[in-house]
Amino acid sequence: MNTTNNETHSDIEDLLPWHATGTLSRRDAQRVEEALAGDPELARRFAMVREELGETILLNETLGAPSAHAMEKLFAKIDAEPARKPAVSLNLGSRVAEFFASLSPRTLAWSASAAAVAILLQAGLIAGIVIKEKSAGGYETASAPSSDPGVGAFTIIRFAPQASSDDITKFLEANKLQVAAGPMSGGLYKVRVSMTGLPKADLARIVKKLQEDKVVGFIATTD
Amino acid sequence: MQTTSDEVLIARIAGGDRLAMQVLFARHHVRVYRFVLRLVRNEATAEDLISDVFLDVWRQAGKFEGRSAVSTWMLSIARFKALSALRRRPEQELDDETAEQIEDQSDDPEVALAKKDKAAVLRQALSKLSAEHREIVDLVYYHEKSVEEVAGIVGIPEATVKTRMFYARKKLSELLKEQGIDRGWP
Repeated sequence: MNTTNNETHSDIEDLLPWHATGTLSRRDAQRVEEALAGDPELARRFAMVREELGETILLNETLGAPSAHAMEKLFAKIDAEPARKPAVSLNLGSRVAEFFASLSPRTLAWSASAAAVAILLQAGLIAGIVIKEKSAGGYETASAPSSDPGVGAFTIIRFAPQASSDDITKFLEANKLQVAAGPMSGGLYKVRVSMTGLPKADLARIVKKLQEDKVVGFIATTD
Repeated sequence: MQTTSDEVLIARIAGGDRLAMQVLFARHHVRVYRFVLRLVRNEATAEDLISDVFLDVWRQAGKFEGRSAVSTWMLSIARFKALSALRRRPEQELDDETAEQIEDQSDDPEVALAKKDKAAVLRQALSKLSAEHREIVDLVYYHEKSVEEVAGIVGIPEATVKTRMFYARKKLSELLKEQGIDRGWP
């Protein structure tokens, strides 16, 4: 495909600035790489983009920084604010992190022991599910199955303590998920959501959807 | 060394942790300042605005849901503050800025080239872009925001982000041409 013969700018050419900063999805980056390899004019235009990138960075870096008064001003304003009410709508990941950060060492030790027991019980339960999965051929998609545990798109999940074996099985089946590794520290499991890599935005959307399921205690994206 | 993530800092700020606020400020205030400065083009205004931006972060931390990166969220707040400040700016100040641009453009191309190398001319052209074009170029090239993130910050569809970036770069080529540098594009 010759991307630069068209009078109007092409889809690939539009992506060049983001390719230069490395913020494209793997799929789009590959499309651009392929086009660049076969189109010298596009490659020349990409060199222009890289030049613009370098000079934009330099321009911004020469803008200097605000004075130390900026922080003083900010904290003077914060001091003038009314007393803070307890936060109620933090996202789940932050709540989990803050929950553990807020516990005293003694409380944390007791909680950790109780959690360890729960995790062990759940680990056995999920191990059973994984064995069943493998003997039944797994929850692999029809296209391009892979036995490589490192291939695909993954999330880290901790299942809710009250989730039963049936709940977890149904959850994995319904969402075409595969337990790739675990349990790891903290009762976390690495779960494959796709057999191929996904753009960050797509993975974030999947995580957001899965987070709504009552079976999920904690979920985050991972490499 | 492990550093506390921005998301954890925001959670702590939501609970009233001033130290977390200091850490977040130290981590991001220079970039936020530069983003605002490129929009308002006035150092004193930009400095005032960043304390307003971070005050909003302090106030709204409890409502942050993690749907975007913290830096993306902060740039959205910064953009809103900068545009509000521009709307309040006295007309006299805007006229001065326009006059400066007219004077700059009247440079003889050969003189300009003799005085500056190509890179310097390119930086000068970047400074002459409209606020709308400067904003998108900075978000993509300097703040390394994806198409989706720029769309979120600016409040436009992803397709418009790509088109706007294309026209910003096209304008850049035109400005370079005025200074005697023909890039052969578009």
